Amino acid sequence: MTATPAVSVDSLRVEFPTKGGSFVAVKDVRFEIMPGEILGVVGESGSGKSVTSAALLQLTKFSAGRVVAGSMRLVRGDGSIVDLRRSDERRMRNVRGNEIGMIFQEPVIALNPAYTIGWQLSEGLRIHKGLSGKEANASALELLQKVRISNPKRRLKQYPHELSGGMCQRVVIAMALACEPRVLIADEPTTSLDVTVQAEILSLIALLRKETGAAVLLITHDMAVVAQMADRVVVMYRGEVVEEGSVRQILHHPRHSYTRALLAAVPKIGEMTGTDGPKRMKIASQSGKEFSPAVASEEPLLEVRELTKRFPVRGGILRRVVANVHAVECVSFGVNRNETLALVGESGSGKSTVGRCILRLEEPDSGELTFEGQNLLTLSRAGMRNQRRHMQIIFQDPYGSLNPQMRLLDQVAEPIRNYRLDKGTAVEDRVASLFDRVGMPRSFLRRYPSELSGGQRQRVAIARSLALNPKFIVADEAVSSLDVSIQAQVLNLMMELQADLGLSYLFISHDMAVVERVSHRVAVMYQGRIVEIGPRASVFGSPGHQYTKTLLAAVPRMDPDVSFADIEVQARALPSPIRSVDHQPSSSRYREILPGHFLLRNDLY
Amino acid sequence: MVYLVRRTANSVLLLLLTVSFVFVAGRMIGDPALNMLGPGATDVALEKLRRAAGLNDPLWQQYIRYVANLLQGDFGVSYRFGFSVLPSEDLDSLGQPVIDIVLERLPATFLLAAVAMGIAVPSGILMGVVAAAKPRSLADRVVTVVALAGVSVVQFWLGLMLIVFFSVQLGWLPTGGYGGLEHAILPALTLAARPIGRIAQIARSAMLDEMSKPYIVTARAKGAHEWRVVFLHALKNAAVPIITMIGDELSALLTGAILVEKIFAWPGIGLLIIDSLTRSDLPLIQASIAVVAALVVLVNLLVDLSYRIVNPRIKLGTEN
Repeated sequence: MTATPAVSVDSLRVEFPTKGGSFVAVKDVRFEIMPGEILGVVGESGSGKSVTSAALLQLTKFSAGRVVAGSMRLVRGDGSIVDLRRSDERRMRNVRGNEIGMIFQEPVIALNPAYTIGWQLSEGLRIHKGLSGKEANASALELLQKVRISNPKRRLKQYPHELSGGMCQRVVIAMALACEPRVLIADEPTTSLDVTVQAEILSLIALLRKETGAAVLLITHDMAVVAQMADRVVVMYRGEVVEEGSVRQILHHPRHSYTRALLAAVPKIGEMTGTDGPKRMKIASQSGKEFSPAVASEEPLLEVRELTKRFPVRGGILRRVVANVHAVECVSFGVNRNETLALVGESGSGKSTVGRCILRLEEPDSGELTFEGQNLLTLSRAGMRNQRRHMQIIFQDPYGSLNPQMRLLDQVAEPIRNYRLDKGTAVEDRVASLFDRVGMPRSFLRRYPSELSGGQRQRVAIARSLALNPKFIVADEAVSSLDVSIQAQVLNLMMELQADLGLSYLFISHDMAVVERVSHRVAVMYQGRIVEIGPRASVFGSPGHQYTKTLLAAVPRMDPDVSFADIEVQARALPSPIRSVDHQPSSSRYREILPGHFLLRNDLY
Repeated sequence: MVYLVRRTANSVLLLLLTVSFVFVAGRMIGDPALNMLGPGATDVALEKLRRAAGLNDPLWQQYIRYVANLLQGDFGVSYRFGFSVLPSEDLDSLGQPVIDIVLERLPATFLLAAVAMGIAVPSGILMGVVAAAKPRSLADRVVTVVALAGVSVVQFWLGLMLIVFFSVQLGWLPTGGYGGLEHAILPALTLAARPIGRIAQIARSAMLDEMSKPYIVTARAKGAHEWRVVFLHALKNAAVPIITMIGDELSALLTGAILVEKIFAWPGIGLLIIDSLTRSDLPLIQASIAVVAALVVLVNLLVDLSYRIVNPRIKLGTEN
C-alpha cells in the first residue's frame, strides 16, 4: 500500500442559499482515504455526511449547494492530481463514474425505471471508454458476474422493477465498478434493505474492495455496519467532524461526548443475554425520570387463533381471481396484559398485515381474534368501533401519519372528540396532559406537524394513540425511521408508558437489536407464518429455526473483529407467497423445544 | 392480447352508446321531417319524406332498424345530398350513402390534424424540456408565458390575424380553401397554438418531477452529459403524461376543428358537421359523429398501447 491517499479533503465548507441567508451544511471537514482502505463516515440525519460525498463529485451544485472553502483532491494511480473543487464541468464528467464510482441508498429508485439493466450498466462504459454497443454488453455481463448476481444473462434484458431490492443494489454496485474507479463512494448502501440482504451486500463490498484495491468511502448511520466494515471512522455531527480514528479506537475509547452518546444509544444485539425482561436504553443526556420496565403479567389480553389473510390476484378477460397472495397463513399467538410481544420478520413476511388484521383495518379471511374474552370478528360495526377504543396503532412514518393541515392539538383531540369522552375545555386539558406524558412542550399544542422533527412527530403520534386510554397498541415499525439517539428516546418513552399505564404492545419490527431490547416475547415471521415463538431470552439465546438463525447471523455486530468479509450468510431470495387458487396450505403445527418456546414443524424451505 | 380483446369490446360498446345518444337526441329536437323541409313544406311533402325515411314507425323500431343497418356498415342515405327536388318515396335509390360523404372529407381533416400536431408535438416538448432543465431561468419564464398564451388565445382571433398578416399583408399564403400544403399551413398553425401550450406545460411539469428523482443523480454520477441526463434519462420517464396530453389534444383537433375549418373554408369533417346540422340532415349528422367518435376511440387506444412501449412497468390489463 502506498503512502499517498487516494482522496484528501481539507477544510471543506459547503453552503446552501436559503431565504434567511446561507445554511452551512458542512464546515471544516477533513479526511483522507488510502487506496484499499474503507473509511466509515457516521452521523445522524443532517450531519452533512451525504453532502460531503456529493461535494466530492461536484453534485451539490445541482441542488444549489456551493463549496465555498477548502480543497478536495483525487490522486490518480500515476500520481497526477485532480483538483475536485476547481475542475470544470467537462473534467468532472470524466471523473464521475470513471475515477470515482458511487453507490446509492435506495437501489430500486436509483435505477432508471425506463431502461434495461444492460443499457444502464454499459452506459458508463460507452461514455468513458467509448465502447461499442456489443463490447459494452459483454462487459456488462462480466460486471454482473463480478457482483455475483443470479442469472446474469437474463438480468441484462430485464428492467429494475423486475428485480428485488438486493439485486438492484448489486446492479448499482456493478454500475459503480464499471470503469474500475480508484475510489468508491457508498452512501447508505444497505439502509433500505432487509438485514439478510444487507449482510450479503456488505460482504460483497468488502470482497470487491479486496479484489479491486479501491478506496471506499462508506457513509452510514449504523454504528454496527461501520464497526464491521471500516478500517477508520470519521464521526460527523451538525456538519462537522467531531472525531476521527481507527475503528477500534472509536468503538472502545470514544473521546468526544457525541460519539459516546451515539454509541450508547445503539441497541447492541447480544447485550441482553442473561436477562429476561426489557431494559431501558442508556441515554447520556437523559431527560425524564428513572423507571423500571414492566414485568409482563400472566393474564391474557389478546388471543389470535389461526389468523389467515389472502389477497386475490386477478387476471384474464373476466378479471377472475387467478391466484392468491398468502400474506398471513394460520398465525396464532397471545399477548398478555402489560406484555410486549415482538413480531419480527423481513419485508413481505406478513407482519404488518397481522397488525392490521387485529384492528380489523384489514378484514381477515378466517381465524379467531379474542380481546378481553370478546370475539372481535363477530362484532358489528358499532361493536368494533367500541372495541377500537382499547386498541390503537402507531405507524412507521410520522410524516405521513399526521395531517399536515391540522394543529397538533386537534389531531390528538380527534379520538377524544370522536368518542365524546370529554367536552369543551376538558378536551384541551386532556391533550395538554398527554403532551406532558410524551415529553412534548405544551407550547407545541397549536403548532402544525411541519414545524416538528421526526422524533417529535412520533411523540405526537404516540400521544394520539394514548388519547383513548387503550390497553393494547400495535406499534408498526414505530421507531424504524428515526435516528438512533431519537429512537432510543422514543423506545424509552414506550417502555415507560407501558410500566406506568399497564399497556400491552404488539411491537412489529425488522430490527433484531431493538426487539431484543424491548420485548418480553418474540415471534419470528417468515412467508406469512410464525416459524418460531417464545420468551425473548429463549429465542435469542437458543434459536431453533433455520430462518431465525439466518436472521440473527445477518445482524451487524458492534465488533470490529468480526468482519463481514468472513461471514457466510446463507440468504436466499424470499420465495413468492403467491399460490394458485386451489392451493390448500396445511395448518401450522408446532412443537415445544423449551418452556413456552415453540417451533414450526411445517417445511417452508 | 387479452387486453386488446377487452379493450375493443369496450370501444364498440362506447361507440354504440354514442350513436344511440345521437339517434335519440336527433329525434327529440322536434320533427325531423319538418326541420328538414322547413316551415313552408306541404303536408303531402312531409308525409312523403316521413314514409320514405321510416319516420312514422315507433321509435324502437326505427332504432333497431338503424342499429341493424349500422352493423352491416350501412349508415343510411342523406336526406339532402344527391337530389335537390322533393324527396321521392324511394330514398335509397336516389340518396347518396352518408358514409361516402363522410369518408370523402376525412383526408382533409387528417391532413390538417397531421400538420398541426407535426408543429405542436416537437415544439411543445422541446419548450417544456428546455424550461424544466433550468427552472426559473429566462428560458423557463419565456416558455411559461408563451405556453399560457397558446392555451388561452382565442382561435377565431388568431386565425384572422394570421390571415391578415401572412395572406393579406405579405401575400405568402392563401387565405383559405383546400389545396396543397400551403393551404394547410395557416389553419394548422391556428390549431396548433393550444396543443403547443398544453404540451409544453405538461412536459415542463412532468420533467420537473423526473429531474428531482434519484436516478437522475445516478446518471450524473456516471458522468453523463447534462443533455444526456435530460433527453435520455428523464424524458422517457416523463413520456406517459406527455403522450396522454398529445392524445387528448389530437382528439380535440379531430372533433374541434369546426371553427377553424369554417374560417379557412377547409372542407373537413368539422365543416361537414356544421353543414349537416344547418340542413338538419339527420343520417349525415349521425354518421359524421359516429366516425369522429370512432377516431377518438382509436386515438385513445393507440395512446394506451404506446404507454407500454415507453414505460416497461405498465403491463396493460394485468393488476399488480
